[in-house]
Amino acid sequence: MAELTYRDAVAYGIAQEMRRDPNLVMLGEDIAGAGGVFKTTVGLLDEFGPARIRDTPISEQAILGAAMGAAMTGIPVIAEIMFSDFIAVCFDLLANEMAKSAYMTGGQLSVPVVVRTANGGGSRFGAQHSQSVENWCMMIPGLKVVAPSTPADVVGLMAASIRDPDPVVFFEHKSLFASKGEIPEGEIVDELGTARVVREGTDCTIAALALMVPRALEAADRLADEGISAEVIDVRSLVPLDTKTVLASVEKTSRLYTVEENPRLCGWGAEVASIVADEAFWDLDGPIVRITTPHIPLPAAEALEDMAIPSVDRIYETVSKTIG
Amino acid sequence: MSIDLNDPALLDYSQRPPRHPEPVDPANDGLPIPLNVRTDLYKRVQELRQFEKRAYDLFMQNLVKGTSHLSLGMEAVSAGFAAAMQPEDYVFATYRGHAHTLSKGADMGQVMAELLGRENGLLKGKGGSMHLTHAEANMMGSYAIIGAHLCIANGTAWSAQMRGTDQVTVCFFGDGTTNIGAFHEALNFAKVWNLPVVFVCENNLYMEYTPIDLVAAVPNPAADRAPAYGLESIVVDGNDPDAVYMVAADAITRARRGEGPALVEAQTYRHGGHSRADPGKYRPADEVEAWLDRDPIPMYHQRLLRLGVPEGRLSEITQDVARRVDEATEFAKAGAHPGEEHLFTDVWADGGSAWRN
Repeated sequence: MAELTYRDAVAYGIAQEMRRDPNLVMLGEDIAGAGGVFKTTVGLLDEFGPARIRDTPISEQAILGAAMGAAMTGIPVIAEIMFSDFIAVCFDLLANEMAKSAYMTGGQLSVPVVVRTANGGGSRFGAQHSQSVENWCMMIPGLKVVAPSTPADVVGLMAASIRDPDPVVFFEHKSLFASKGEIPEGEIVDELGTARVVREGTDCTIAALALMVPRALEAADRLADEGISAEVIDVRSLVPLDTKTVLASVEKTSRLYTVEENPRLCGWGAEVASIVADEAFWDLDGPIVRITTPHIPLPAAEALEDMAIPSVDRIYETVSKTIG
Repeated sequence: MSIDLNDPALLDYSQRPPRHPEPVDPANDGLPIPLNVRTDLYKRVQELRQFEKRAYDLFMQNLVKGTSHLSLGMEAVSAGFAAAMQPEDYVFATYRGHAHTLSKGADMGQVMAELLGRENGLLKGKGGSMHLTHAEANMMGSYAIIGAHLCIANGTAWSAQMRGTDQVTVCFFGDGTTNIGAFHEALNFAKVWNLPVVFVCENNLYMEYTPIDLVAAVPNPAADRAPAYGLESIVVDGNDPDAVYMVAADAITRARRGEGPALVEAQTYRHGGHSRADPGKYRPADEVEAWLDRDPIPMYHQRLLRLGVPEGRLSEITQDVARRVDEATEFAKAGAHPGEEHLFTDVWADGGSAWRN
């Protein structure tokens, strides 16, 4: 076991796959010599060379287009979109092109692309560099969506995403880059569409994603001090969505909370809540409660941003007040 | 140029001064193109013309639903490039893609069946007229959002470069595409990476219903932008199959040799409107008439006669194509409407559509 930061786990996971598959290539802005603006691709240029680790112009449509075209010929491609907010400038390639290619060609084409992107708040970057946009991608049929919360999951889900034959949007959380975790020895390959129970409990289920997972765990510790036993689920993969794990947990706890960093309307938790309401209504002892960033653009000031994004305090207080 | 908002012709574009075609260059008779290639070009333009006419007739019979964008009048561009390509080269088209799909060798019956939304269609009825794709012949798709596919075409070119093959990618698009950001991103990217890709602007003078010269900052919307990306300005008579073939062969050969991308502007005209619902009334009547007089097919017919191809050979080709178009129509009409089992297939590469367990 080695301890790695979430940041270093990104390059570690990519390198594992690049050693395995000599066809795998990556492109993006400042990813080569600079090692990425978040230093998530440090060392890859040295090991794999400029033909496989390619810097691009600031041209997000050109980046995703080149990735898609190469992938359609069978070459797996990792494309980096520096900040997930920039997905908006190349959303056509994601939403209209990659996502629909297999379906509208009657299965003639497939697009093995992983779009890696730095997502989420907490860095005081303001409204255009801090968003959690996983719900933008989740709503498009034909895209798979992953958001790991630990270094080990970064490696394992990266491998699973790269080996998947469909387009996968891989959200790396900016505020988790400095976090550390153990990485098992040897090749690590995880599975898309699998959530994980990261803390067992009996009184309520808290489903969280990415940065919200460690916050939910910390809130669960405080709830335990009050005698409330919270089960915490790291959702990990929004598409495919592991509803079985969530439904099984709610069957046991009879209460569901979602903790979502995306703004409230149409956040991923709304879909989870809808499924649980449809399929586990009679297991519930109270209303499903969504704890989300409010429906506002994110503010830059530290004090304001901290009020906006669900905090340990807010999770703890919301559960404590509503669990009855 | 800039727009004068007091110009009364802004109330009715058909009142603007007509833009007449250049006359055919008589020297093109003497272009160094073997007669068998020219006969092949004739067959190709006949296939596209007769297919598109039939597609139009089937709209009128309400057998084709939705929309469709025909290449009637523009056949020489597709034929000229296709004849200059190798089978393993890649092609990308826009929603006006029937011609380019057929030119790459797709079965006429399957293409027709796709227009009719039938199970025996090229895409099993799931893509329709605007998304024709024939991947096994490296016809990599028809794309209906302006600009994106130029970026995607870079990707197949990049792939060929990485794999060390000599495949060239040819990407067709319209004049309106030259004003969208993706066009500019794609050209810059292709040049910087020295990709083996030939971008072909089919300039039919109208961006949907609006004259392109009213919305482009330069007279030749593609060719005049080429120097900004370190590319040569190339304009070709898009209504002359031989002229297109020569330019295509040159650009494709250079890309194949590793000399990088090219941008070709082929000037042409559509005989009909932008799409099914459009009668094209925004065009000056004498302009339409002048371009109909420059129809590539009768012109080419006359040229081949001058070059010694017997009339009988040309009518044999024409009749053979007519028979195949009839057969394609019957094949398409005989196809079943796709059943519910197709609704949930092919979202993912494994053929399924599951998003949860």
